[in-house]
Amino acid sequence: MKTLITARGITKHFGATKALDGVDLDINAGEVHVLLGENGAGKSTLVKVLAGIHGHDAGTIEGHASLAVIHQELALVPELSVAENLFLNRLPRRFGFVDRAEMRRRAPELLDRVGLDVDPDAKVRDLGIAQQQMIEIARALDKDAGVLILDEPTAVLTETETDRLLQIMVQLRQNGVGLVFITHHLDEIQRVADRITVLRDGRSVGVLGPKATTRHMIELMVGRPIDEQYPRARQRPGQPLLSIEGLTRRGAFEDISIEVHAGEVVGIAGLVGAGRTEVARAAFGVDGYDHGTVEVDGKPLRRGDVQAAIKAGLGLVPEDRKGQGLVLTATVGQNLELVTLGDRDQKRLHDIAGKLRIKGRVEQPVKELSGGNQQKVVIGKWLLADPKVLILDEPTRGVDVGAKVEIYELINRMTAQGRAVLLVSSDLPEVIGMSDRVVVMAHGRVAGELPRGATQDQVMALAVQEISA
Amino acid sequence: MSTISIRKYASENGALAGLVVLALVIAVMQPAFLNAQNLLNVGVQAAVIAIMAFGMTFVVVAGGIDLSVGSIAALAAMVGALTAGPIGLVVGALCGLVNGALISYGKLPPFIATLAMLSVARGLTLVFSEGQPHETDALVTFLGSNLAPMVPLPLLLMLAFFGITGLILTRTNLGRRMYAIGGNEEAAKLSGIDVRRQKLWIYALSGLFAAAAGLVLAGRLGSAGPQAAVGYELDAIAAVVIGGASLSGGVGRATGTLVGALVLAVLRNGLNLLQVPPFWQQVVIGAVIALAALLDSLRRR
Ligand SMILES: Nc1ncnc2c1ncn2[C@@H]1O[C@H](COP(=O)(O)OP(=O)(O)OP(=O)(O)O)[C@@H](O)[C@H]1O
Ligand SMILES: [Mg+2]
Repeated sequence: MKTLITARGITKHFGATKALDGVDLDINAGEVHVLLGENGAGKSTLVKVLAGIHGHDAGTIEGHASLAVIHQELALVPELSVAENLFLNRLPRRFGFVDRAEMRRRAPELLDRVGLDVDPDAKVRDLGIAQQQMIEIARALDKDAGVLILDEPTAVLTETETDRLLQIMVQLRQNGVGLVFITHHLDEIQRVADRITVLRDGRSVGVLGPKATTRHMIELMVGRPIDEQYPRARQRPGQPLLSIEGLTRRGAFEDISIEVHAGEVVGIAGLVGAGRTEVARAAFGVDGYDHGTVEVDGKPLRRGDVQAAIKAGLGLVPEDRKGQGLVLTATVGQNLELVTLGDRDQKRLHDIAGKLRIKGRVEQPVKELSGGNQQKVVIGKWLLADPKVLILDEPTRGVDVGAKVEIYELINRMTAQGRAVLLVSSDLPEVIGMSDRVVVMAHGRVAGELPRGATQDQVMALAVQEISA
Repeated sequence: MSTISIRKYASENGALAGLVVLALVIAVMQPAFLNAQNLLNVGVQAAVIAIMAFGMTFVVVAGGIDLSVGSIAALAAMVGALTAGPIGLVVGALCGLVNGALISYGKLPPFIATLAMLSVARGLTLVFSEGQPHETDALVTFLGSNLAPMVPLPLLLMLAFFGITGLILTRTNLGRRMYAIGGNEEAAKLSGIDVRRQKLWIYALSGLFAAAAGLVLAGRLGSAGPQAAVGYELDAIAAVVIGGASLSGGVGRATGTLVGALVLAVLRNGLNLLQVPPFWQQVVIGAVIALAALLDSLRRR
C-alpha cells in the first residue's frame, strides 16, 4: 500500500493550550482513515496543520500528494451564486472575463455528482446549511486531489445525504484516493473506516482496525464507558405549555399543529427542506406567518415578536451556531449571558460551563473553541435563561458522544422540573431515542405522529411520503 | 513577565505603545514639547475629538458608522449660542435619534443615513446662523475655560466622558448589547435583544456626545461658527480605529479611543512644534493612520 502523507510527532500550541502533542498519522492511498476524539481533542487542528493553515511547533510532515480539505466551518461566499462558489478561485475565463456560459455548463455536472438539485444561479445565502455543505463537498471533489480530508461533513447532513457522501467516499477509495474522515457518528465510522486514530487531549491514544466496536471506540476517546447513549427519563405529561395551532406560511409550511406538554420532549423529524426549521423560527417570532396561533402556557404570542416570545417563556437554540447562535468576537461568558443580560450571576455561569463540560475558559473568545464546544455555549446560553419551553434545532450537531449524553441529561432535568422541550433533529437515533413522541414533517406538512419506541424505518416512511394536496 | 504576557500586553495596548514612542520621538527632536503648558494644550486639543470619538465608539462597536458628528457638533453649538447650551445638547441627541430611526426602522445603511444627516445638520447650521458666527453665552464659554490656573475644563470633561464611556461599554446592558449587535446581529436578535431599539439609543448617544464636543469647541473659541468642526467626523473615526476598534463591529474600548485621540493631538502639536508645513502635516497624519491600522492588522494575525 502506498503511503501518501506521513506525519510524525506533530505538536502545536495556542498560547498556553497544547492542542496537539506528538501526534503520528499516515494517510494511505485507497484507505479511509478516521480521526476520532472528543470536542477539543485536536482533530481540526491536526487537519489545519496538514493543510498548512497552521504552522506546527515540532514534528515532520512528508508527502507530495495534492490535498483537498473540507473544513468544519463552512467557507462559502453567501452573496455569490452556487456556480460561482463551486469555481471560486478557478473561475473559467474567456477574453479575461468570467465565462458564465462555461460555468453554467459545468456546474450541473458537479452538483449531480453529490446529488444536489439546486439552481446553479441561486445565491448560496438562500440555501439551507445541508445544501451548503454538499456544495462544499462538490467543490472539493472538483479538485481531483490525491488526498481528501473531510472535517465533520456529516454533522449538518441528513440520512439520505450522508448515505450519498459515504458512497462517494467508497468510490474515491477504490480510485486510490487517500481519505481522512472526521465524524462524531460512530455508525458512519463502522460503515467506511479502514483505520481509526483516536485522539484525546491532543495525543494519539490508539489506532483501531475496521472491526472496532462502538463500546471500544467510546472507551478510548472518552476514557470511560457510556452505558446508555439516549438516557431519556420520561415524566408524566402536565398541562400544555406550547400549543401551535394551524400555523401556515404560504410556500413554506401549512396547517402545522403541535402541542407540547409540561414534562414532555416532542421530536420533529423530517428530511431537509421539510420545513422544520421554518416552523421553529416562526413559532419563536423570528419570521412571520400567514395564519395560525402560537401559545405559551396559555398565553397567545404576537406574530414576529422575539422579545414577547422570550418574555412568555420560550427559547430557541438555532441550527446555525456561527450565523445565528454566537457572537464569535465575544467571550464564552459574554455569549452565555446574552439572553439573561442584567442578571450576572457568575456562579451560575461557571456552573453551566462546568455541567456542559465546555473545554475553554469563560473569559476566552468563543472563536478559539473547537466546533463542538461552541455548540455547547449556544445551548448553555438558553439553559441559563431557564425558559418554560425550549425549542432545540439540531442541538447536538458536532457534539461528541460523551457531551451528547450530558446535553440529554440536561434535557431530562428540564422536563423533570416541569419544563417542555421541542426537539428538531435530523439525527434519527437521537430524535427517536430522546423524544416521548415524534412528529414527522414532509413537504411543509405534518405527515404523521409516532409514539415512543418507533423505528427509524417508520419515521423514514412518513418522511419521504408524497402528500397530495 | 513571560513572553506570552508581554505579547498579550502589547497586543492590547499597541496604540498606547505607539503614543509613548511618538511622544518620545517628538520630545527628543523638540524638548519644548514636554513643557507643562504645552502638554495641557495637547490635552485641550484632544478633548473635542476625543468626546466626539467616544460617541463614535458606541456606533463602531455596534457595527455602524456615524458621518454626521462634525455637522451635529456645529449645529448643537450654533443652537446653543442662539438659545442656551442645554438646548444644543437636546438638538444633538435628537439628530442622533433621527439617524437611529432611519437606520433601524427605515433600514438605511448607516453610511447613507448619517451622510444625509451630515448635509442636513450643516445646512441647518448655516440657515440658523445666516452664515455668521455667534457669540456663546457664559455657560458655554465656561466649558472652554480654565477652572483654575493650569486646570483646563475641557481636559476634565474629556476625562469625565472617558469614564462614562467606559462604564456604558463595560457595565451596562446597553454596552454589552453593542458588542453583541456588532459581533453578530442575527445572534443578538435571536437572543431576544431588541436590535432596532438599541440602535436608536446608540445613535442618540453619538449625537449627544457630538453635541457636547461642539459646545466645548465653541466654548474654547467663545463663539459658534457656521463652518465649525468641518471634517471632524473623520478625525473621530480615525481616533476610534487607531484605538484598536474594528470597523466591522464587535471590538473597541474606551481606553483605545482615548489613546487614539491623544495620538492625533500629539502628532498635530508635534508637527507644529517641528515647524512642518501644514500641507505636509496632512500627509504625515494620513500615513500615521495607515500605519496604525497596519500594525493592528499585523498584530491580529
Ligand atoms: N485559534 C485558536 N486559538 C486558541 N485555541 C485554539 C484555536 N483553535 C483551536 N484551539 C484549541 O485547541 C484545542 C483543539 O481544538 P480543535 O478545534 O482541534 O478540536 P476538535 O478535536 O476539532 O474538536 P470538535 O470535535 O469540537 O470539532 C481546543 O482546546 C481549542 O480550544
Ligand atoms: Mg473540529
